[in-house]
Amino acid sequence: MTLDVLHKNRGLQFAIAMLCGVVFGFLLQKGGVTDYDVIIGQLLLRDFTVVKVMLSAVITGSLGIYALKSAGLVKLHPKPGSLGSSAVGGLIFGVGFATLGYCPGTVSGAVGTGSLDALLGGVAGILIGSGLYASLYPRLRRGILQKGDFGTKSIPEVLNVNPWLVVIPGCLILAVLLLFLENAGL
Amino acid sequence: MDWLEAGRWSPYLVGAGIGVLSWITFLLSDKAIGCSTAFARTSGMIEKLFRGDKVKEKPYYKEFVPEIDWEWILVLGVFAGAFISSVLSGSFRITIEHSVWTAHFGDTPILRLLVAFAGGIVMGFGSRWAGGCTSGHGISGTLQWTLSSWIAAICFFAGGIITALFIFEVLAGGAS
Repeated sequence: MTLDVLHKNRGLQFAIAMLCGVVFGFLLQKGGVTDYDVIIGQLLLRDFTVVKVMLSAVITGSLGIYALKSAGLVKLHPKPGSLGSSAVGGLIFGVGFATLGYCPGTVSGAVGTGSLDALLGGVAGILIGSGLYASLYPRLRRGILQKGDFGTKSIPEVLNVNPWLVVIPGCLILAVLLLFLENAGL
Repeated sequence: MDWLEAGRWSPYLVGAGIGVLSWITFLLSDKAIGCSTAFARTSGMIEKLFRGDKVKEKPYYKEFVPEIDWEWILVLGVFAGAFISSVLSGSFRITIEHSVWTAHFGDTPILRLLVAFAGGIVMGFGSRWAGGCTSGHGISGTLQWTLSSWIAAICFFAGGIITALFIFEVLAGGAS
C-alpha cells in the first residue's frame, strides 16, 4: 500500500490516531508533565522538566522530519500566523496556561491520571473559551489577526537559505541549552 | 516489564520518544501532532446540540468543522495512554489537590476548581487566537522551524512565567 492510499483510508487513520494518542499520553505521563506541580514548577522556573521534554522532542523530531522531507516521504504542515495572532494569542494562552496549570494536551492526560481540576475546571473551561473565540472570530479576523502577517513562512524561508542550514545549527543550540540546564543542576 | 511500571522516565527519553512519534504521524497520517483544535470542534458539537445546524454557518466552524476527526481521536488516545501509564505505575489517584497549589492557597477544592475553570476559559480562547497550543505550535511547529510557531511558543512561556510568578509570588505573598 502506498502512503497516499494509507492517508485516505479513514478506518486505518482513526486506528493510527488512537495508537499515536495512547503512546503520546503514555509518554507525557511517564515524563511527569501531566502533573500540575511539574508544569507550575516549570513556569515558576524551579523545575525544568517541561522544557527538557519539549526541546528533546524538537531536536529529535526536527532531524527526522527534515530527513524524511529530503527523501520526499513527508510534506511539512506549517501553521500560518501574524504578530496579531501568534504573539497576542500566545500571551493570552500563557496567562491561561499558568492559571489552569495544564495545556490542552496535558489536560487530557491529567484527566486520565484522575485529576478532577483538569476535568471539571480545565476541560469545561477550554470548551467555553473555544466557543467564545468562535463567536468573536468574524470581528477579530478583519482586525488584529491580520496585523504583521507572515503566513506559513518557515525560518529557513525567511532567511532564504537551505533548511539544513537552520535545522543543524538550531538543533545544536537547543542541545547546548539542555547541557547548560543539566550542568546548572536545574 | 519494570520500565512500564516506573513512576518517571528521563525527560530526554520521553522527549525523544515524542520526536519519533512525530515522524510516524507525518509519515503514516500526513498529520502533525496537535491538541487544541479538537477542543474547538467539541465546543462546536456541543453548541450544535442546543442550536442545531445554524452553528455550522458560523465562519469559524466553516473553517474548523465541528466533527470527530483524526486529531480528536488522538486527544482521546492521550487520555487513555495517561490513564494506562498512571495505573501501571500506581500513581492513578482521583484528586483535586496538588502540593504547590495547596501550599499557597490551602485545600479548599472549590477555589482550585474555580481558578482552573477561569484558566481553562482564557487558555481555550488564547489557543484559538494563536491557532495552536503547546503541542501544535510548541512541539510540532517549532520542530518544523515555522516562524509563527516559534513566536507563539515563546509567548506561551513568557505569558505563563509572568502569570505564574504573579499568582504564586505576588498574590500568595511568596509563602511556600
